[in-house]
Amino acid sequence: MKIQKNKLNIIKSIFFVLLLTPLIRLIILGINDALGANPIETVERSTGYWALFYLLLSLSITPLRLTVKISWPIHIRRMIGLYSFFYGCFHAVTYFWLDHWFDWQEILNDIFKHPYVLVGFLSLLLLIPLAITSTNKMMKAMGRWWKRLHYLVYLIAVLSILHFLWLVKKDITEPALFAIIFALLISIRVFHKRIRLNATNDYHR
Amino acid sequence: MKINNSEIIPVSEITPYETYMGRRDFIKAASAALMAAPFLSFNSEVSAATNASLLGYTKSPYGADEKLTSYNEVTNYNNYYEFGTSKSDPALESKGLVTHPWTVSIEGAVKKNKQINLDDLLKLAPLEERIYRMRCVEGWSMVIPWIGIPMSKLIQWAEPTSNAKFIEFVSLADQSQMPGVRTNILDWPYTEGLRMDEAMHPLTIIAVGLYGKLLPNQNGAPLRLVVPWKYGFKNAKSIVKIRFVESMPKTSWMKAGPKEYGFYANVNPMVDHPRWTQSTERRIGGGLFTPRIKTKLFNGYAEQVAHMYAGMDLVKNF
Repeated sequence: MKIQKNKLNIIKSIFFVLLLTPLIRLIILGINDALGANPIETVERSTGYWALFYLLLSLSITPLRLTVKISWPIHIRRMIGLYSFFYGCFHAVTYFWLDHWFDWQEILNDIFKHPYVLVGFLSLLLLIPLAITSTNKMMKAMGRWWKRLHYLVYLIAVLSILHFLWLVKKDITEPALFAIIFALLISIRVFHKRIRLNATNDYHR
Repeated sequence: MKINNSEIIPVSEITPYETYMGRRDFIKAASAALMAAPFLSFNSEVSAATNASLLGYTKSPYGADEKLTSYNEVTNYNNYYEFGTSKSDPALESKGLVTHPWTVSIEGAVKKNKQINLDDLLKLAPLEERIYRMRCVEGWSMVIPWIGIPMSKLIQWAEPTSNAKFIEFVSLADQSQMPGVRTNILDWPYTEGLRMDEAMHPLTIIAVGLYGKLLPNQNGAPLRLVVPWKYGFKNAKSIVKIRFVESMPKTSWMKAGPKEYGFYANVNPMVDHPRWTQSTERRIGGGLFTPRIKTKLFNGYAEQVAHMYAGMDLVKNF
């Protein structure tokens, strides 16, 4: 089923606002001095959480089409991916600025001494080329290299989940949940690829 | 013990009582305190009211040149895994905890095993207010006006034998009252330990209150350990058993992460935790734009406690 252009624009606008709500919530809480006893930690945790959530959401578009045959979300996948990058940047800025006040010696020490910071930092760095090449122009210009580059998203997801997993002290419920969802999304893709391959093999026989 | 006067500033100079009690309440409470018995009686009415004021404690010369962390923050940002792993869980989940009657068992290398109830424990020494910094291993800190008695008084009462080299503290682990105990997030019951000299140190207290009030449940009611030069997790809450032992006990956190949590757990900016930097800390109470502060060796109590660790490798004995 094809979606009309004006309908699509409405869907896009709705999601644009919807995906922004975690930030709006933080701003409202901040204005009302309601970010809790450790407001910087609250902002760091929340922005990090949503960056990872949106990353996995963007990875669920194809599995959604493969399993329940809903295909319109492909039109908002780029937006979701860019939002993930946006929340990731917010997360990093909070860390560099509010948490460490650009004390670079302290920050470098933190990045290279603590594995969870290192993998988090890496995953954000890797997101940068994906964000830059997200435009239609870039897609066209890069041809098949675009897809190859964007396979990086799987590595980014793994690094981000590790970042979360290694950060928590003892209760790994949340990062484990993200890991399970990620594994599920991957297995749907792998499963369908197998079926497709088998189908083509049968055809050639 | 020698107290360095440059480190310890009279309480009256730091935070006037009026700022958190209100001038009128302060006058009322002060005059009531004058007439009240030197220590409070924990009758059921008192323990039913969680905000009950603790009267009849003396100010001590202990204090810090820092601003107190607000009551609201001290009581709503807690690590108390028996009530859940999020910082806001303890305040919500601990409301129903029954803290009266309460008995503490004294066991192990003592003249004879015995029990003491809270009322009798409070008669061992006059209550004192101690304003201490508390540094969490996670990199944040608070300044809390505890009320309690020196741990040494309880130890003297317990009459340990010469075999007692360490003390193990065991917290309550009651599944019916503590939802976190139903999960296996830690090896329950929560246990902590101190070397004998650490436990006897005048800075080490058994706290029964804070901010002039009975200890709120989420802060470890009815009694908890406070050892201000160590990371916060050493401060066992809701203690039900004190065991005198000959060898170093294995604590809950040592079992949970042997490479991350050591027995000593002295605050030390030079010894990093594998996950968190320990050179700086975030003082709770600042807003979004308040920078971290530098963490001090032994949480700033080096003058008083460093001698106990003379010649010890603090990197190895983390």
